[in-house]
Amino acid sequence: MRFMVIVKANADTESGRLPTAEELGAMHEFNEGLVKDGVLLAADGLHASSKGARMRFGGGGKPVVTDGPFAETKELIAGFWLVQAKSKEETIERFSRCPFESGEIEIRQVFEADDFGDALSPQAREFEARRRG
Amino acid sequence: MSADAKAAIDAVWRIESPRLIAGLARMVRNLDRAEELAQDAFVSALVQWPETGIPRNPGAWLATVAKRRAIDAIRRQKRLEVKQTAMHRELESTQEFDDPFAATDDIDDDLLRLIFVACHPVLATESRVALTLRLLGGLTTTEIARAFLVSEATIAQRIVRAKRTLSEARVPFETPDASKRAPRLSSVLEVLYLIFNEGYSATAGDDVMRPGLCEDALRLGRVLAELVADETEVHGLVALMEIQASRSKARVDALGAPILLMEQDRTRWDRVLVARGLTALRRAEKLGGTFGPYALQAAIAACHARARTGAETDWARIAALYDALAALAPSPVVRLNRAVAIGMAFGPAAGLELADALVSEPSLRAYHLLPSVRADLLKKLNRFSEARSEFERAASLARNTRDRDLLLERAAACRF
Repeated sequence: MRFMVIVKANADTESGRLPTAEELGAMHEFNEGLVKDGVLLAADGLHASSKGARMRFGGGGKPVVTDGPFAETKELIAGFWLVQAKSKEETIERFSRCPFESGEIEIRQVFEADDFGDALSPQAREFEARRRG
Repeated sequence: MSADAKAAIDAVWRIESPRLIAGLARMVRNLDRAEELAQDAFVSALVQWPETGIPRNPGAWLATVAKRRAIDAIRRQKRLEVKQTAMHRELESTQEFDDPFAATDDIDDDLLRLIFVACHPVLATESRVALTLRLLGGLTTTEIARAFLVSEATIAQRIVRAKRTLSEARVPFETPDASKRAPRLSSVLEVLYLIFNEGYSATAGDDVMRPGLCEDALRLGRVLAELVADETEVHGLVALMEIQASRSKARVDALGAPILLMEQDRTRWDRVLVARGLTALRRAEKLGGTFGPYALQAAIAACHARARTGAETDWARIAALYDALAALAPSPVVRLNRAVAIGMAFGPAAGLELADALVSEPSLRAYHLLPSVRADLLKKLNRFSEARSEFERAASLARNTRDRDLLLERAAACRF
């Protein structure tokens, strides 16, 4: 199974401050450990929300676009990892070694084909029907 | 102990045990003893951690406990065999173990040794698979048994037998020297691909544990690719597995029946795994040298992965890659795939000529895909009555009703 580990934004990440060489080094070492263990699938850091935008859907028309920055810092994300693991506990254990001095990360399981169960069936059946033509 | 604490300690075992066992095996020169020491250290952890919490660096904690015990045991033995200078040396070399933070390079070397030993050709294939999953995958005997749909006793026995064989054959805890490296490495790759296929050939509905085997094989492949970064075939195998795994959501329908590659919904291919596969293939290409069977199969898989639609497939390149693969590993199934690729690239007549040459092949006599491929090509050549009888023949050889029904439908469609 896979987990997305989401790094929450804070005043620091929102300020656009770049990490120090020391912080980068520690994170590089941590990521290298994930690579060596064959579990890191993808990871990236995100620019401050001032470089982003929000699109709000509803009301039937075109979505409403609002440019960043956004005020509610703790609702924002600053980066993510995508890892393969046998369990949530394994992910927690791995990320307890993550070199953060402060802040918060959130661990979320990624949907796999099996997780959809019956919900997948109508779509898959339709595809099946189309392919049989 | 709470279920949470147990799950957390299980997770530590999965993460830490391969390196721990590998380091101990170097020290005590005995796989069985190394695993025992590692497990003893975990028993200590099971007692202490629920009280104290999991330490900040659990790997170092476990290594310290296990190595202290190993040293005690060696000292006891040393008192019995004082004159053995070899043991002296061993004891000296173990002093560095007092510092649990051994150099990373050493740990990597130990891990690589463990992989080569677990996949040693002296072992039966099924033993190599079980030992690899247990020692390097960090899986329990129960988990391996569940994944392979056999009893726990069977797996336990395979592991015991494997360790006995290794010790009777006096297999050293070493990476093979240059002269033996190629065959030893291909034994490792074979084991990983076998584990992958065991998981991959199972359909989604069979057993939810089985997709786990694909992930285990992929993970170990990635670990190996970091340890031996200079081997084309290692990156080739990783690329092949990543790209094949990328199709797992698209390759079976809602009822669990397989969907052929060209008929899969490509939007359901996993882009992350495709990208990883293409990156691994680039690493293989950068190393230069000729591609082996894994890298060639990966290159073929990559041609499909790069095509946004079936119609965009670069069949000429696939045909050329199959030429190379058929020259390296001339199996009838590879030749049949080559016939398909050539039929797509250079027209059905060229493909049919190659497929016809396989009709007398004994190993394909009961293989429904041969008449099915021929039928397809005949149909494209407007030879409908021949196509129809070939589809019918394929249907009679199909191993499941869904394939049979599909082939009979296609036979019925050859009326013009």
